[in-house]
Amino acid sequence: MSQRQVLQVFEQYQKARTQFVQMVAELATRPQNIETLQNAGVMSLLRPLLLDVVPTIQQTAALALGRLANYNDDLAEAVVKGDILPQLVYSLAEQNRFYKKAAAFVLRAVGKHSPQLAQAIVDCGALDTLVICLEDFDPGVKEAAAWALGYIARHNAELSQAVVDAGAVPLLVLCIQEPEIALKRIAASALSDISKHSPELAQTVVDAGAIAHLAQMILNPDSKLKRQVLSALSQIAKHSVDLAEMVVEAEIFPVVLTCLKDKDEYVKKNASTLIREIAKHTPELSQLIVNAGGVAAVIDCIGSCKGNIRLPGIMMLGYVAAHSENLAMAVIISKGVPQLSICLSEEPEDHIKAAAAWAIGQIGRHTPEHARAVAVTNTLPVLLSLYMSTESSEDLQVKSKKAIKNILQKCTYLPALEPFLYDAPPNILKHVVGQFSKVLPHDSKARRLFVTSGGLKKVQEIKAEPGSLLQEYINSINNCYPEEIVRYYSPGYSDTLLQRVDSYQPLTN
Amino acid sequence: MATLARLQARSTFVAQQYYFRNSVVDLFRKKEYDAAVKIQSWFRGCQVRAYIRNLHRITTVIQKWWRSYSGRQEYQLIVKFASCAMKMNLYNAMAVRIQRRWRGYRIRKYCFNYFYLKEYLRAVSETNDAIREALEEFAEMKEREEKKADLEREEKKRDYQARKMHYLLSTKQIPGVYNSPFRKDPDPWELRLQKAKPLTSQRSKAKPKRCISLSNWLACTSARSFPRSEILPPIDRKQCQGPFRDITEVLEQRYKPLEPTLRVAEPIDELKLARGEFRRQEWMRNVNDNMFLPFSSYHKNKKYIPLMNSSSKYSPNSYGSQHFRDENPKKWICDKDFQTVLPSFDLFSKYGKLYSKAGQII
Repeated sequence: MSQRQVLQVFEQYQKARTQFVQMVAELATRPQNIETLQNAGVMSLLRPLLLDVVPTIQQTAALALGRLANYNDDLAEAVVKGDILPQLVYSLAEQNRFYKKAAAFVLRAVGKHSPQLAQAIVDCGALDTLVICLEDFDPGVKEAAAWALGYIARHNAELSQAVVDAGAVPLLVLCIQEPEIALKRIAASALSDISKHSPELAQTVVDAGAIAHLAQMILNPDSKLKRQVLSALSQIAKHSVDLAEMVVEAEIFPVVLTCLKDKDEYVKKNASTLIREIAKHTPELSQLIVNAGGVAAVIDCIGSCKGNIRLPGIMMLGYVAAHSENLAMAVIISKGVPQLSICLSEEPEDHIKAAAAWAIGQIGRHTPEHARAVAVTNTLPVLLSLYMSTESSEDLQVKSKKAIKNILQKCTYLPALEPFLYDAPPNILKHVVGQFSKVLPHDSKARRLFVTSGGLKKVQEIKAEPGSLLQEYINSINNCYPEEIVRYYSPGYSDTLLQRVDSYQPLTN
Repeated sequence: MATLARLQARSTFVAQQYYFRNSVVDLFRKKEYDAAVKIQSWFRGCQVRAYIRNLHRITTVIQKWWRSYSGRQEYQLIVKFASCAMKMNLYNAMAVRIQRRWRGYRIRKYCFNYFYLKEYLRAVSETNDAIREALEEFAEMKEREEKKADLEREEKKRDYQARKMHYLLSTKQIPGVYNSPFRKDPDPWELRLQKAKPLTSQRSKAKPKRCISLSNWLACTSARSFPRSEILPPIDRKQCQGPFRDITEVLEQRYKPLEPTLRVAEPIDELKLARGEFRRQEWMRNVNDNMFLPFSSYHKNKKYIPLMNSSSKYSPNSYGSQHFRDENPKKWICDKDFQTVLPSFDLFSKYGKLYSKAGQII
């Protein structure tokens, strides 16, 4: 046989291998084929192809493996069990950029499913090679490596610490400064995943100088990038007052408020999350946000979204109002209460309603002025109906009850309190009657109104144990009126009058 | 005897008389006695009473004086206390007045300044309005930009379509698709088609320019690919006269592929290209870009490489450059280092820093 014929055999074999691996890679993009592929034993076939001489076959095999592992965690475990990872890690260091991209894709696909798989990746020493890939020239390689690191760090604090110990953070901060948008996105998302677990990790990220770059990127027009950047900043700011102050010092206000007007829903959500995390720590930070006009922007943002997107904004208003009464007054004058009561009545989900109820309670609990501002928007009957309704969840009932109690203890706006006399359950009725007993002795117009609106009649009908607090309140209300009036409105008075008519003997002339 | 008889006759009378006269005298005596006693007792009583009256008078005088004295003392004490109390009340009232004013001022100015709060809330609401306006403007601007971008994209797309469909333009003979004779006005597409420039194959300029070297030319000599130049021969050429050969033969002859000699088979700057290619390969492959020099000429291009110790990010070891004694603070007996006997003199500390130009090289 001539040399050409011998070589032709080898060429055919190479062509066959190439075709096989390309077809497998293509089939692996469709989920319905993956089961069949797994049953056909594709893992054990792809493994030796990773060591093939031809670089194209290696890359395509790696790509196919990555797509398979991406699909579900059984396949990812099979990848780990098949001892493929050490080979990948070893060749990551040496091969060209296409192979590096494909190998990093496989690591990412394996690491995303569960902490154990991610730990397996860390154990075979992949972190160092991934960090070396982060220094590569090709932005695609950097992106794949950063993505893999982000997915590994996402699961828990130990894995994040391992990623940080491998020295990834300064390189990720460098990646953020690169011109490619996709790379920036992934690097920002990786930093967000690293810093979300604990204050020390967040401090490490801050020490690498990430905040300044992240703050600059808020102005970028790309929405997905803004999502990740805002998420990273909020994960950093949430841990402690110092970190929140450092984020604020990067001069994000008032630029962050423009993100609240973005078209993308998740940008709005992440921006309000960031503002919430900053506002929740101290009154000074909340004051800063109020002075920058943040409250108005958040209220407008709440008005323009629906559902879970609103939730961080609602909580932010609650946190701001909870710090002090001046801040609560600032929320009130920014027209926050009508917006919150709309949320309370419109939203179908219980947890958002609970958050709105809590926020309203925080606003109204400080002084009678605040309680009045809440009461005039007719929120109290809504809160009462939520508390009484059997369909509300436990959490919602508890929060609305607390809100009602806190507001009622300070409320002196009687027209809002009157409906409560009729509908309220006894434990709330006690507070309502208490408030009446505090206000009525001093205000004559209110007394007149109380009588004409039928409130006095209703109060007489309330049954209370003698000696209880409720009875004392009722007594103090009755003391505000002359005795005839009290007798007139007491129940059964018409009967006594009729009895007197029956027993009256007219004078016979 | 007679006297006896007379005596005995008178005895009872005598007895009676004797008794009577004694008793009367007794009576009288008693009366006189009682009278004397009475007179004496009365007199004595008067005496004593006068004496006691005197005593009373004297005692009254003494007591009066004593009581007035002690009363005056008490009165002075009372007056003193009353005046002290009055003064204290006055001072207290003054102090309360001052404290009241001060406390009101302090609370209103420092703890809770109502007007400052009102001012602050007004400022906050103004800031809110300003921010709302600014955000509205921002949102409007974004929308406008997006709309503009959308419109531009639409325009470009339509333009491209018109260029692709330029052949649907109506001619004098044949009205085009968009210029139906039953319409009053031609369709706007018609006008667009009129304005559009037809797409030429020059659009391959948008693709990266493959260098058309002779080797590429030679590569497409398979039976299927027709060896032709990029530009077709013009359509409106006059018909060739005379007996015609087969057009394909003619075109084959006319556009025969080049069969270059060996000399021109390679491009003229092949050497430069090959060198460049080689350099690219090396750059990709090599770890170190420095040229390897033989040891004999090594010292000619010597570049100073600083010590790793002094160029690392940790501070350089100052032994040998700043001090020449090995210092080991753990071995010191007391906690201070040796002192130099003399302080170092600053002969050269002012070198070059004085204003005079003495000794400087000009």
